[in-house]
Amino acid sequence: MMSEFIRKDGRKYDELRPIKIEAGVLERADGSAYLEFGGNKILVAVYGPRESYIRRLLKPNTGVIRCRYNMAPFSVDDRKRPGPDRRSSEISKITADALRPALMLENYPRSMIDVYIEVIEAEGGTRCAGITAASVALVDAGIPMKDIVVGCAAGKVDDEVVLDLSEYEDKEGQADIPIAIMPRTGEITLLQSDGDLTEEEFQKAIDLAMEGCLKVSELQKEALMKKYSTEQ
Amino acid sequence: MIYVENKDLVIPGQILADDEYYSGRGTFKENGKVCSSLMGLVSLRNKKLRVIPLKSKYVPKKGDVVIGKISDVRFSMWNVDINSPYSGILPAFEVFGREKKELNKVYDIGDVLFLRVVDVDEIKKAKLGLKGRGMGKFKGGIIVDIAPTKVPRLIGKKGSMINMIKDKTNCKIVVGQNGLVWVKGDKDMEQLTKNIIHLIEAEAHTSGLTNKIKNKLYLAIDGELPPEEAEEEQDFVLEKPKLQDFKEELEQEERAKHEAKEIKEKGDKPNIAEVIEELKRKNKSKKDNGLSYGDNSNNSFILNNK
Repeated sequence: MMSEFIRKDGRKYDELRPIKIEAGVLERADGSAYLEFGGNKILVAVYGPRESYIRRLLKPNTGVIRCRYNMAPFSVDDRKRPGPDRRSSEISKITADALRPALMLENYPRSMIDVYIEVIEAEGGTRCAGITAASVALVDAGIPMKDIVVGCAAGKVDDEVVLDLSEYEDKEGQADIPIAIMPRTGEITLLQSDGDLTEEEFQKAIDLAMEGCLKVSELQKEALMKKYSTEQ
Repeated sequence: MIYVENKDLVIPGQILADDEYYSGRGTFKENGKVCSSLMGLVSLRNKKLRVIPLKSKYVPKKGDVVIGKISDVRFSMWNVDINSPYSGILPAFEVFGREKKELNKVYDIGDVLFLRVVDVDEIKKAKLGLKGRGMGKFKGGIIVDIAPTKVPRLIGKKGSMINMIKDKTNCKIVVGQNGLVWVKGDKDMEQLTKNIIHLIEAEAHTSGLTNKIKNKLYLAIDGELPPEEAEEEQDFVLEKPKLQDFKEELEQEERAKHEAKEIKEKGDKPNIAEVIEELKRKNKSKKDNGLSYGDNSNNSFILNNK
């Protein structure tokens, strides 16, 4: 019954939208990445580890990471008022929290890493796409990490558990569960849940999202390898 | 069981080997596996795995020689930007002992200095000093910025790469371990050297680079390729060149001084000039077969260290 279900945009229940990842696109940033995830277009710049003048944020025993998620005013159908709002400050925080467990910043005490996530075009699932792109940019910046964090969402649309919700499915669907994992160990670093799901459906959604994450993870690795093998 | 080969390109989180291998820099151990924590090239030696990063930030280490820019003048010290997450401090007494002078008349904001990291404390604050040959302020020239991990490549085996560039372009070049390179010479040559250095940085992980650069240099300057030479292929070794630190040199100087003193104390009163002459010869032969940081013999920036 699952395999016969075709979604509004013609995808199967466990099909991702087309993805393109490119590492090291910005000249002046220490690390950067560009990601297209279906209709999402996201640019991430990483600066650091660097000295920060915001002394109260620094820690004497380890480095700190700070994220800023920002949507361009033209990224959505109705013009978005520029500047941070409740949604973007929340995503900034959860992105930093999702990336932090993977970073090994003990060797950079009293320093700060800044991650700037700019959403140029949005079409549902930007927080997962942002995390995916940010970790590619962090690797590109040469920051020591335990693993490359990857994000992907699953949800429920028309009583079916599906992978990687588009904007339409996100709005019309019954539930949305974005997760981020460290693919080598399968540890979950981000889990949010929005909507109604039974316990079974929830488990199914997590499994599906995990699978999706692993697929995206392969693309991340490919993008990084490609960037530096062309120079060889 | 090992899953990668020497010089393979790896990414963070990639499993490199099982438990019987040792985890070196750029790697970590988890659940009995050695994993990479950086994007870089594998270096395997005696069952010890390391990953040499493609990009990294300079973290100050005691004994390093660095190039820094004065960013602030304070009451009894200068703040120095050393191209790192951590700023360095140059205390006034490292420059002129107990004497009292106005600091901004000695070095002012924007001056570029060649320094040694004297000490690094546990919060990574780097104390800098000027003791050593060629240390002091640079006059003129340009600064080229490269990744600190590429510095050994720029210098080459026993300075082969850097000496070749120096000879060919007639530029004075000083390399700091923090990835800053000072170049001074003819205006056009400065630019050429800068381009060559960036080229080396971009292609640091390729083999046979010295020859490639040699060809480029000859083409750019003489307009023709160098005469064919049966030269052995340079191995890509990303190890710190031994002559990069002056410790040996300093020790030798120290020893020589000591010797001179001893002779003096004996009361034989030997010809001091003779001793000095001998020292000079010693030093010279030392320099001839090794890499010196910048050609010190005719550098204008040498300060007289008491």
